[in-house]
Parts: sequence; C-alpha cells; structure tokens
Amino acid sequence: MAARGAAEALMRASAAGLLALVAVGLGGCASAVGHGVTLRFWAMGREGEVVQELMRDFERENPGVHVRVQQIPWSAAHEKLLTAFVGDATPDLAQLGNTWMAEFVALRSLERLDPWRERSTLSPASYFDGIWDTNVIDGALFGIPWYVDTRLLFYRRDLFERAGIARMPESWAAWRAALAAVKRRAGKRGYALFLPPNEYEPLLVLALSARSPLLRDQGTRGAFSEPPFRRAFDFYAGLYRDGLAPPLRNNEVANVYQEFARGYFAAYITGPWNLGEFERRLPPELQAAWATAPMPGPDGKASGVSLAGGSSLVVFRGSRHKAEALRVIEFLSRPEQQLRFYRLTGDLPARREAWRDTALTGNPRIRAFGEQLTRTASTPKVPEWELIANRLRDYAEQVVRGGAPADSTLAALDRDVAGILEKRRWLLARRHGEVHAESAR
Amino acid sequence: MSAAGARAQAAAGWAFVAPALTLIGVFFFLPVLAGLFLSVTDFDIYAIAAPQVARFVGLANYRHVLVDPVFWKALGNTLFFVLAGGPLSVVVSLGAALLVTSRLARAPALYRSVFFAPVVTTLVAMAVVWRYLYHPRYGLVNHALSFLGLPPVDWLGDPHWAMPAIVLLAVWRRFGYNMLILIAGLQSIPDELYEAAALDGAGWWARLRHVTIPNLAPTLLFVSVMTMIDLFQLFAEPYVMTQGGPLKATTSIVLLMYEEGFRWWRMGHAAAIAFVLFVITLAATMLQLRLQRERDA
Repeated sequence: MAARGAAEALMRASAAGLLALVAVGLGGCASAVGHGVTLRFWAMGREGEVVQELMRDFERENPGVHVRVQQIPWSAAHEKLLTAFVGDATPDLAQLGNTWMAEFVALRSLERLDPWRERSTLSPASYFDGIWDTNVIDGALFGIPWYVDTRLLFYRRDLFERAGIARMPESWAAWRAALAAVKRRAGKRGYALFLPPNEYEPLLVLALSARSPLLRDQGTRGAFSEPPFRRAFDFYAGLYRDGLAPPLRNNEVANVYQEFARGYFAAYITGPWNLGEFERRLPPELQAAWATAPMPGPDGKASGVSLAGGSSLVVFRGSRHKAEALRVIEFLSRPEQQLRFYRLTGDLPARREAWRDTALTGNPRIRAFGEQLTRTASTPKVPEWELIANRLRDYAEQVVRGGAPADSTLAALDRDVAGILEKRRWLLARRHGEVHAESAR
Repeated sequence: MSAAGARAQAAAGWAFVAPALTLIGVFFFLPVLAGLFLSVTDFDIYAIAAPQVARFVGLANYRHVLVDPVFWKALGNTLFFVLAGGPLSVVVSLGAALLVTSRLARAPALYRSVFFAPVVTTLVAMAVVWRYLYHPRYGLVNHALSFLGLPPVDWLGDPHWAMPAIVLLAVWRRFGYNMLILIAGLQSIPDELYEAAALDGAGWWARLRHVTIPNLAPTLLFVSVMTMIDLFQLFAEPYVMTQGGPLKATTSIVLLMYEEGFRWWRMGHAAAIAFVLFVITLAATMLQLRLQRERDA
C-alpha cells in the first residue's frame, strides 16, 4: 500500500514536471523578446527578498541582462534544489548554505570556479580563511562566500560581574571557573550556561577548538573516540554533570529570551541572527547588560575556534549563461554591495574590506563576531555530514541525559559512522584502483 | 454467439480497459517494481550523480532497517497511531453517521457538509489552526483543560502527548469521509427491520445492536480496513506539525522513509522501509479479513 503513496508521489512529480516545462517555455519566450539574457537566481528567505533590490542596480550596469530572482523559503530550499537537480531544472545561480556544498558537489551539479576566479578581481585574501575553506572541496573552488555567520557567547555581563568576573575568560579552565562562580551565585534558581543537548553546534564548536578533525582517513571514518574529540566531549559532559548547564532541550525552555532576561541562565552559545532578536526581545533595562564574546579555547584565546557558517553563491553546471551569472557574483561581492546587504538584512559581510566600515566596527557586539570569524573551521566536507552530526547529537544526548558512559557511547558512534561512510571508502578505493590501472598501462 | 463475435467482444472489452490498465501499469506496477529493485541496491547520493556506482547489496538494507532502533521506534509510533486512531475514527464516524441520519436531526444536509469539510480542506491550513489550538499557553485546548481544573499540557512539545495530539487531529480530519460511507450503508438497511424490532419491544440500544450493526457489518469492515491502511501511511500530520519530534515521538514509518530517502538520499534504505511497511499492512489487512470471516461463519 506504500506503493500507492509512491504512485501518487510519482503522479505529482510528473504534474510538477509538466508545470516546469510550461514555465521553461514561457521563460524562453520572455528572453527571446528581450534580445538579452534572463538569469534565474534562487535565493532563500529574507535574503531572496532583499537581493531583488540589489539586482536592479546590477541590471542598470549590465543592460541586456535581466535577473529573475526567485525567493525560496528556507524550509523548502534544500528539497527544491535537489528536485531541481534531478529534474534538470537548476537555476543559473543560487545562494547555497555552506554546509550543503559537499552534497551538491557530490552530485556534480556545481560549476568549478577556479579558472574564472583567477581572472576576476576576487582574491581569497579578501575573505576569512575558515569561511573560504568551506567552498573548497578536494582542492577545487565551488562557491564565493556571500555572507557569513558563526557562533559565540552571548552573555549577561551584569551576572558575570556580580560573580566577580570582569572579563569573559579566554581559556576553558578559566571559563569553567567563571561559569562555576556564576552558578554558585544563582544557586537553585538558575544555571550558568544554556547548552541545549538537542543542538549539535555547541559541541562541534568545542570539538573544533580542541582541534578534532571530527572525521579521519579522508572523511571515511569517525574520529570521535580519539583524544582531541574526547577532550572536548569530557569538557562538554562535565558542564552538565557539575550542574553548570541544564540538560534541557530548547523546546523545554518555553522562551529563551525571557529566561535569559530572568537570569535562569547567564550565557548562551548562538549566532548573529540573535543579535537583532536580543535587542528586540530583552527589556530595555537589560539592553546595556548583555554582551558577546569570542569562544574561549582549551589553550587560550587563539584556540577558541567556531563553526564557519553562512551562505555562498554558486553557479550550476547546467546553466547556459555562466559568464553573466559570474558577473552577478562579482557584483554582489563588491564591498559596497556587501555593506548595503548588511544594512538591509543584518547578515554579516563575507568581504573583509566591508568590515572596516564603522557600521560594524562601531558595535562591540559585532566586533566580537569579527574577531571570532578569524578563527573558524569548516565541518567535514562530505555529503553524509549532516546525517553524522544528527547521529552525534543523539549519542551525546544519551550520555548527557541518559547517563550512558562516554567511552562505549563514543565507540558505538564511531562504529555507526563507519557504517554510514562505507560507500565513501569503497568509492575512494575504487578511484585509487583506477589510478593504479592507468599508471600500470 | 459465434466465436468471432465473442472474440470481437473480448477485444472491445480490452480496448475499454486498456487506458485504465496502462495507467495502473505505468503509475502503479512500474514504481513498485522500481522500488523493489532499489531496495536491493545501495542507491544513494553518489549514485544519483553517477548511476554506475550503485551496488547490488542483496538483503543488507532490510537487515539494516530491522536492527535500527529508530525503525522500531517509528513502527511503535505507527502501531500506536493505528490502534488508537483506527477504532476511534470508526466509532466517531459511526456516531456522526447515526446522528446525521437520525429522524430527530434538523438540517442533516448542513451537518453532513460541516462534518465532511475537514476531509477536503488543505492539511497545511488545518495545521496552522491546530497549532494554535495546541499552543501550550494560549491554546484553546489548554484553556478548556484549565476550566476543568487540569494543568496545561505542552501538546506538541511533550514526547508523551505529541502522538495523542496527532491522533486527535488525524481522526478529526478523516471521520467525515467514513461517515459518508456509513450513511450510505445505514440508508440501505430496510425500514421494516426497525419497525419489526420496535414492535417486538426493542429500544434504541437493542435496535442498534441487533439491527443496525449486523446489517452494517460489511460496510464497517470496508471502512475499518480502509482506515487502517490509510493510518499505516501516516505522514502529512507529523511532517507538518512536529517534523517527527519531540524525541522522535511522532516519527512514523512513512516519515522515516521520507527522511531516509529525501533528506539523507539513502534510497535503498527508504525502499526497504517501504516494503517492510507493505508487508505489515498486508498482514494486518489479512488478519482483519480472517477475523471477520470467522465471526461470520
């Protein structure tokens, strides 16, 4: 009977295909009438709304090129891009979340950008290293960073000061001591840090800081039982064990902003989208009391590494107007367009030149992001990563909430991950085999 | 009739059913065969880009599915949904059908349409409204509970309550359809039977038990089999309301299949899950038919 569902899905898919055909037909007519080129540009959520405005200036500079921006809700973006690939209906260019890059490269749907980049005005030196690196897969460049995000500490300066901590410490040991001091003052009424165990990102931040590669052997096995990850994991689990962080998921805390205002917790590891939320949702009397700080590291400031997040701009291999699509990317990468985009959306610019503007340097909360962005690292660039990160979360939760021992749980996670990556090992071995066969001949 | 005539008639018959058969073949049997084939391969994201890297893996996908704790959790959730939602759905639709066909009912056509409305309404629109109803602080459901002096429930956030909340929505969404079928069944019961029963002194309950239910049995069987098959395929409600959370408490088998197939691109796994579900549904249907036949015999 499940087959009936499948049949329905297929029928729906063919209907959608028919619609797509009609749409393509119409699109073809439109471009023929304009004697120019019509680019299809997919962008997500708020970015998709704002970029339409930026594209008007682009069209003025490039007569004959029309950019049709299609705005896609974030929740449907991943699916839509993949169905577009399978249905051979990818746009010319699109915004792509950094963490999706490996998947679309595995599908061989993205155009390699190195040759063009070398001829263009863009240089990797204009970008944060960690962020640029997320766009480079097996040595080849597939995207240009558009805007960036990363995670760091949002904290109540007043609560830390009352506990005798004037500045956010930079090493894990001192940070832990500070959290313990805050917890002592809060007593039974609260905690020092909100660290929802159903979010895997904070654990990844700690693991990257401890220099864990997360996966080993060219991304074909997990490295979760190895000492660097173990160091981060013990620190992480210790925060719950010693009562510094509540083992509560984020849906078990009714309203994060309210609880932060109430002092139920004094710190939270989160990203730039919460800058605006905290300004809007915290009561006015607390507005001077909260601050942001880069992540402390196991061996001091320089080791406080966080996740390289954000979105890049990519060109699809199926595009017939790659040159024009690349011109759009070059346009959106100009520092002044990056700043304009920041003012319209609040998304932090990828170009480092834009970070010299007072709009960013004048705000200490954003300055902390600027500093953190110089210390970011990419998660493993394999298409299976999101599945592995979800598994990591489930296993870590067993330790934090279920009281399972760390040793056996992390070993089981490595076994599970080895199973997930079996295909990758086989593919790599096969590729090596082919290379050997070639050289033998 | 001559042999030639018979042959001509048979040909005409085939010509008439050919369009339907073609549709069933193309849109039903082909996908089923393709699914069966997928389920013995490791078709995944790499194979989408380059089909030659898909490997034949025999029954490995089935083995993997059967040792996956998430599959068993999803199976448990689905069974709970079928066992709680199935009978509830049939009872509610029977109740509604009896009320609407009752002689005392005013404006039965109006009620029929009202009860049927959820069946034809878009789920996404309903989900928006139900999310409001289930809201832990402002929801109407919790408001009603507080009138009864009961503490509020975090319907969609609490792993214990999320599935019952989904059951409620699903039953409400579907009972109108079964109601229509049961109304048709009720109307085919001859009035004389009721009159005879009334003459023999049967009250409302005795008439229901000895006249309505036995005469309605074939319809009830049809309704319960169809409902069960439908409920085994639970997908849209948790997909829209909870995405399978909290703590996978509302992950159904079809939702798991969707995630394996279209989120993680492990098509082989997804196809294996689909066939496991097919076998379970088939077994449950046969069991239900067998029970019915034994009772009839």
